[in-house]
Order: sequence, then C-alpha cells, then structure tokens
Amino acid sequence: MRTIEQTTGEILDLAAQHFKVPRASLSPQDDFFKKLGIDSLQALEMLTRLENHFGIELPDFEMQGVSDFRTLASRIQARL
Amino acid sequence: MNSYTGKSLSWEVREGVVEVELHRAPCNEIGTEMLGDLEEFAKALETFSRETSAVIIHSTRPAGFCAGADLRELYQGAAPLDVEARVAGVREFLHRIHAVLNTLDDSPLTTIAAVQGVCFGGGFELALACDLIIADKMARFCFPELRLGLIPGFGGIPRLRRDVGNAIVRDLLLTGRSINAQKAAAVGLVSQVAGEGEALRVARATAAQVAKFDRATSAAAKRFAKPIPHDELRREIDLFCEMFTRPAVMEGLKKFVESTDALPYLP
Repeated sequence: MRTIEQTTGEILDLAAQHFKVPRASLSPQDDFFKKLGIDSLQALEMLTRLENHFGIELPDFEMQGVSDFRTLASRIQARL
Repeated sequence: MNSYTGKSLSWEVREGVVEVELHRAPCNEIGTEMLGDLEEFAKALETFSRETSAVIIHSTRPAGFCAGADLRELYQGAAPLDVEARVAGVREFLHRIHAVLNTLDDSPLTTIAAVQGVCFGGGFELALACDLIIADKMARFCFPELRLGLIPGFGGIPRLRRDVGNAIVRDLLLTGRSINAQKAAAVGLVSQVAGEGEALRVARATAAQVAKFDRATSAAAKRFAKPIPHDELRREIDLFCEMFTRPAVMEGLKKFVESTDALPYLP
C-alpha cells in the first residue's frame, strides 16, 4: 500500500512528465491549474493518466474544487 | 463520390474503406456546419460501391473525437426566440441529426468509430451509432447533458440502452461523469482499447479484417444483431423538446457559454 507521500510523489512525477515541466519546480501544495497553466481538457487528460497509472477510477466530479496536488493525492489514496 | 472535403469533415475511399476525418476546431462540435457535412456524408453512404466494406470515423483534432453539440451556437440561436420558436428550431435540428445517425446505424457497411480524447454528448452519440468503437487509452466518454437540465438528444439513451446494461446507463446519465477507455471496454461500450494515438491504426487493421468477409453476410448479421430502436428514438426527440421549454435549460446553457470556470467540461 502506498503512503500519501508516495502517491503525491507519483502524481508530481506524472504531471512533470505530461506537461513537460521540471519535476523540481512542482510541490504538493501547488495549485496545479495555475502552476501548470492547464485548461479543462488538459485536466481531463491528467485525470485519465492518473487513472491509468494507479489503476483506479476517479470520477471527475471528485476533481471539482480540488486544485492542489496534495488534496488530489488524498482523493486517489482513498481509491487505492 | 470517392472523396469529399467539407468545412467540418472530409472523407476518402481507400482500399474499400471509407475514412471520415472530423476536423472542425476546437473539438468537432456538432452545429449547423458539421450537420450539413454529416448530411452530405449520409447521402454518399448510400451510394458507395459494392467493393466498399467499412467506414472509419476519426478525428484529427488533438482534443479528441468530438465534444458534442455546439452549445454556443445552440444558445446564441435560441436566446432571442420565444419558447415556441426555440423548440421548433431544436426539433428540426434533432430530426436532421437523427436522420444522419439512423443512416449510419442502418448502413450495410461495417462502421467503426476510432476515438481518442474527448467523446462527449453528441460525439458519444455519433460513436454509438457505429458498429464498433475502438478507443485509445486516453479516450473519455461522457453524457454531461443533465447538468444543463437536458437529456441526450441525438439518440444517446436508446443506443446506450441497446448496447450496455442498464446500471451503467443510469450511472452515466444520472452522474454525468466521464469514464475512461478501460472502463468503457469493461462495460462493453468499447470493443478494443488501443495504445495512445493508435486508435486509427487499430481501426484500419480491423477494417482490413472486416473486408475479408462476404458483404451481404456481414450486412445480414449486422441487421440481426443491431436493430435500430426507432420508437425510443422518436420518444427521445419529444422528451428533449419538452425539456427544452424549461427556463432552467437556457440558464444552464448561458452559464456554460459564459463560464470562465477552469473545468467547464467537467460535469
């Protein structure tokens, strides 16, 4: 079972890779919409990558109101 | 006609396969322009030669297969009208898109939707009219209509009911959530999941397989296995038009069109 720190780390790795930003520039408390400058469709892409990576379903309504990596990790953690 | 280039889509017959390419920015929204091109395609579909065996519909837009109805056009066209005129306009549009999708559904050719990215609302309904859906692993399927106070109007509910169990029909409709390609395959909506960016290649390989069979036999099998739910489709139009009279719909459309929310696509 992953810890919340591991899950958060994997999300940051994926986000850095997908959006081609330096991994070191991302931290758990970042607002990913602002930090990555992503729009709604890119948010969906990220959601799909996260679902594929973690092998889970994360309904998109659970993403509403979530903007920082740490909270996103907790939503994913609840489905692992 | 072996090839066509329209503003929203183009097609070409290659080795017995009709490849239809959707290319309207931003994500192949279905408004009057796309509908006109789809009607041209529906007319041509009835004339392709006996050597033609399959149709592949795919998108060249990076965002995905199709984001659904053009809600901006719908809102801008409907807003200045009184309720009666609004409903009349919507009903006419629905009859036209239903005629296109029924022609596609009823075609003796084997039809394949090669899906990547967003496949929402009317885009999902276009895919559901096809015989097979091949999706790349980044595809997402969704019926977000209920957030606008509407139901899917391009044949979505009857065709979804035809293809999958009622529990997933209710899940998709009543939550408005999107599901990924793996989930769509697990519930029987998607026949093959392709790697990222590989849906068209897999669709072509599938079309090549389809071409090996006797056309009349394939057409007979399809007619038997895939009856068109005409009565339900007609009832869907009536129900959609009934819903469209409600002020909440125009409020929902206005909110969507004017939204600056980072997640307007998320129901």
